[in-house]
Amino acid sequence: MKNNIQESAAAMMAKVALAKAVAAATGRVGHGGTTLPGRVARTFDRDLVGRLSRRLAHGAVVVSATNGKTTTCAMIAGIMQGTGMKVVRNREGANLTAGIASALLKDSSLAGRPRSEIGLFEVDEAVFPEVSMQSQPRIVLLMNLFRDQLDRYGELEHIAELWRKAVGELSDTTTTVLNADDPLVAELAALRPGKTLCYGVEDISAGGLVMQHASDSKYCSCGSPFDYEVAFIGHMGIYSCPACKRRRPSPTVYAEKIRLDGMRGSSFTLVTPDDSIEVTLALPGLYNIYNALGAAACCYSLDIPLKQIQTGLEAFSAAFGRVERFSIQDKPVCLLLVKNPAGFNEVVRTLMIEPGRKSLLIALNDKIADGRDISWIWDVDLEMLAGSVHSAVCSGTRAEEMAMRLKYAGLGEESLSAKQDLRKALKEALDRTPEGETLFVLPTYTAMLALRQLIHEHFKTDRELGDLVWK
Amino acid sequence: MEVRIAHLYPTLMNIYADRGNIITLVQQCRWRGIDVRVDEFGLGEVPDWKAYDFFYLGGGQDREQQLVCRDLALKGAGLEEAIEQGAVLRSVCGGYQLLRNYYRTAAGETMDGIGLFKAHTVAGDRRCIGNVIVESEIGGRHLTLVGFENHSGKTYLDAGQQPLGRVISGFGNNAEDGSEGIVYRNAIGTYMHGPLLPKNAGLTDYVLEESLKHHHGSTAQLPPLEHSFEDAAHQAAIRITRGR
Repeated sequence: MKNNIQESAAAMMAKVALAKAVAAATGRVGHGGTTLPGRVARTFDRDLVGRLSRRLAHGAVVVSATNGKTTTCAMIAGIMQGTGMKVVRNREGANLTAGIASALLKDSSLAGRPRSEIGLFEVDEAVFPEVSMQSQPRIVLLMNLFRDQLDRYGELEHIAELWRKAVGELSDTTTTVLNADDPLVAELAALRPGKTLCYGVEDISAGGLVMQHASDSKYCSCGSPFDYEVAFIGHMGIYSCPACKRRRPSPTVYAEKIRLDGMRGSSFTLVTPDDSIEVTLALPGLYNIYNALGAAACCYSLDIPLKQIQTGLEAFSAAFGRVERFSIQDKPVCLLLVKNPAGFNEVVRTLMIEPGRKSLLIALNDKIADGRDISWIWDVDLEMLAGSVHSAVCSGTRAEEMAMRLKYAGLGEESLSAKQDLRKALKEALDRTPEGETLFVLPTYTAMLALRQLIHEHFKTDRELGDLVWK
Repeated sequence: MEVRIAHLYPTLMNIYADRGNIITLVQQCRWRGIDVRVDEFGLGEVPDWKAYDFFYLGGGQDREQQLVCRDLALKGAGLEEAIEQGAVLRSVCGGYQLLRNYYRTAAGETMDGIGLFKAHTVAGDRRCIGNVIVESEIGGRHLTLVGFENHSGKTYLDAGQQPLGRVISGFGNNAEDGSEGIVYRNAIGTYMHGPLLPKNAGLTDYVLEESLKHHHGSTAQLPPLEHSFEDAAHQAAIRITRGR
């Protein structure tokens, strides 16, 4: 394979045409996005992502994290589109290199010219090095590293090492936007002096002094445990190392005056070096404030005015399946994706702000996309729910393990049931939800996809779920 | 009746939700009317070895494991003496590794364990990941155990050492000889990580009964407990493992 960038227009056209033909022939596959055209194209051009993304007028933004990358990318896209920018992005579930290649191909003319001006790519943590090297992004946004699907990726430290290497190899033209509150992410700033912008939470009242059990990176790279002034989510907080004196970097973009309003949403003051502005989010929980901060810091680096950042964030509802509200047979339903201990803890914490005893449907699958190892549910602080649950119907391929976990969390056996079949479980959960109460549905990723399909086909809802996806 | 638990390095060695086992022991003791106390010991903190009936050492990531390896060298003798006196221990993955004779990395470096278990581990070139079923004879009980393993180290027991069980489905100690884990007196080492105790009621019964006997003498009897939720989770895990 030739490596010269000045490839002949005819050769490029032939490759793009072939790949686009594959795209047309296969159409959209599954619920997420199709990666087949990208996979095909990359077999005859390994550098396709690089070639196509280098032609974008405003370059590419690459986003990676364990938690929140889909929501944050959707927020960034909303803000960019609000400024009139044309954005090409990969879709949910297509966050490997082939998915990005597919998105770029779809956006390209036959001659390989992009129709969009800027690329926005959500990438899997393990694939971030490959994508960042190929696309030479203008901005890299790295948000957090939590334990997630260890059976697929290996240990957290291994991912952190991949990230250190990749960030060290970024070109001088790339700006790195980092979460100051996650020690494993913030330490990357030392590799990029002058080309980094950090963001974080500056409202101590939003955190707790006790670390949650899902905390992962509690130790400094020098081997000493961090001192935490405050922990916000898991190991994210305001920390310093008593031994080597490493401190959390001061964030340039940050949130203060945080107010959490249960499932209804939240608000905070967004501060940048230029100005500050009130932001009201329709999304619940501190974790979504972190997502909004990541999006805001990224857009600030792109010189988007603060007012437009605010407008974009406030117009945002929720990314695919993260938080969706609808009703089935006049019963309000709130669907919240849970996929790892840190995210699940935040969902539980947010639920606990709601008054009354909760009606729950928790669907735990152990398919590859969920992580086949379900040990992680024992790291979720489900003990918080004890005494506050009216009923919890457990479903999915590991329904019984989930029900058992809740029993050990202190929920009464009479409030628990296990039904692997999602349809039966949903029906039972609706039946057990008292009149006027909301049913909270907490599925893992593949269970969420199956539930949406099931609701679409068999249950009467007040609106199409598809309409709730992007706003 | 009373059981005392020492959880060793709970923050450093908890990579696969090991604390699920502690939650299980505590709740089961409460439900059975047994007083239970859990104390945690981190780096530089040495338990009064005679005061505890059950020791737990979970799995950790490489960075944490190295910190623990140095610290454990100072605790080894006390822990070994406790095991000789009949205390119960469960160690998992990284914890299992640190209690053996030695571990040899891919680079050929040797990391010494405390030698409680007569076995050694060498770095392997592929990860053994997945659900695992094991048939075990332990303390006069015949148990089918089901769990999840995720390791690249390959462990070989010295001649005459007793494995925890025989692999029915999965990889086990080394993916070669069909053995899984090790048992020495009441000390168990295993690659079945994370919350193994909740969904293996028979193993939890064994661990609690031996802990009670250590505390109260050999006539102590474990009060029974209804475990239909636990059995349902056990059966579901077996079905999934066999079906794949």
